[in-house]
Amino acid sequence: MKLVTGIIQPHRLDDVKSALEAAGVRGMTVSEASGYGRQKGHTEVYRGAEYTVDLVPKVRIEVLVEDDDASVVTGVIVQAAQTGKIGDGKVWTVAVDDVARVRTGEHGAQAL
Amino acid sequence: MLMSASLVLLMTPGLAFFYGGMVRSKSVLNMMMMSFGAIAVVVVVYVLWGWSMSYGSDIAGIVGNPVDQFGLQGAIYDDAGEFLIDDYGVPAVVGIGFQVTFAIITTALISGAIADRVKYGSWLVFTGIWVTLSYFPIAHMVWGGGLLSGSEDGLAAMIFGTTDGAATVAPIDFAGGTVVHINAGVAGLVLALLVGARKGFGKEPMRPHNLPFVMLGAALLWFGWFGFNAGSAFTADGAAGLAWLNTTVATAAAILAWLVTEKIRDGHATSLGAASGVVAGLVAITPAAGSVSPIGSLALGAVAGALCALAVGLKYRLGFDDSLDVVGVHLVGGLVGTILIGFLATDGGLLYGDGARLLVVQIVIALVAVLFSGVVTLVVGLIIKSTLGWRVTEEAEVGGIDLAVHGESGYETLGGGRVITEVRS
Repeated sequence: MKLVTGIIQPHRLDDVKSALEAAGVRGMTVSEASGYGRQKGHTEVYRGAEYTVDLVPKVRIEVLVEDDDASVVTGVIVQAAQTGKIGDGKVWTVAVDDVARVRTGEHGAQAL
Repeated sequence: MLMSASLVLLMTPGLAFFYGGMVRSKSVLNMMMMSFGAIAVVVVVYVLWGWSMSYGSDIAGIVGNPVDQFGLQGAIYDDAGEFLIDDYGVPAVVGIGFQVTFAIITTALISGAIADRVKYGSWLVFTGIWVTLSYFPIAHMVWGGGLLSGSEDGLAAMIFGTTDGAATVAPIDFAGGTVVHINAGVAGLVLALLVGARKGFGKEPMRPHNLPFVMLGAALLWFGWFGFNAGSAFTADGAAGLAWLNTTVATAAAILAWLVTEKIRDGHATSLGAASGVVAGLVAITPAAGSVSPIGSLALGAVAGALCALAVGLKYRLGFDDSLDVVGVHLVGGLVGTILIGFLATDGGLLYGDGARLLVVQIVIALVAVLFSGVVTLVVGLIIKSTLGWRVTEEAEVGGIDLAVHGESGYETLGGGRVITEVRS
């Protein structure tokens, strides 16, 4: 099993969610996040003072999948989240040792 | 009159709270800024040509001459340098202050129909053009002796003739059912259709983020409305007192009617419903405050409360995003008030055995106001759409219009996901 994690622009969440549902993904976890990548943050002037905003709002989306599906799900997220501009985000995959469904106590692929 | 003018001015910041509480937390500042921006633009426009277009020398019954009293020249002092006194015995300069506050609140009302999604500059430009082309002409037609007034050249005089140089059956719009509420309500409908729905409308929850703000705003509106309605008697007499009492009675009845309607339809009597009921009652009694009895006000308020409560659900069925129910409350409430006068006016109403002539006149002025405002708003809205554009980017809309447009957030503790690390001054 794999955990696919995507950090995306908040305004792409709707489209990413629909694309994942269309691709057959049945569950996901979404949380608000702050961060920066290669572009770093930016500066702003407010009432005469200059501020550096270096962590900008992002959305983190996490999906648990079977090994074979990881690359497909990654592709779906990348395609749906892409605007081509700086700050579009990243998607990565890590291996997952075990998953348990709390309600039934099932383990492994059955719990997905 | 100065007190009344100050009360009416207070309504617009009150409206900012009423609307600000109803939007999501990421757009509260933009919503409140739309009201404050309307105050700024409309006051500037009003002293330059607004007063003149509303009450200056008549052009074809439609509008006053904007050049005639441009910059208020000749509107404050007479030739001897003394303050001019108007027909009510009030210095004209006080009347100007009173009237400008009505133009402000009318324009600000429209903002609720296009909440969360329009460019601030486009809104400011719109307010200046719209108040010039829609509000001033309708104010002139109704209150400045134009087509919709009881003058001998007005529509009412054409329909039922004249007596002693005035219409036999004069239309009644005491404090602005047509000029303010039908006008703003129609403009809200047209703009909501033209600008389009918020992203996620009808799919994502867009519940009010701060209901205590909404209730505070409704309370400030109610308080300010005493200046609006009682002040429209232009003197502190029994007529003003009747308007004050009718305003309170209709509002109370509307709250109850809204809550009962909600309880039956949705199972809950909500605070948003109570606050909306306050506004629906105030809107409906506005044109009628001087011409109905307190018992008539009860009926008027109850009908308005129930009908508006039903009307606010229409936007989901018809698919237009009138975000904060400008159409459901102001257009519907304004129409209810203006038309029910035909039944409930103690002098001329159908239920008082005076026939249907007043009812016909009231329906005619309401329809003319709807058409005039609708066409003007459509033209102004289309021009702005094809030049400046209405919508902010999708990114700004989803991320929060407060941060994107104003560089601030209403609740800095939440930060909108941003972390500021360094300050250089």
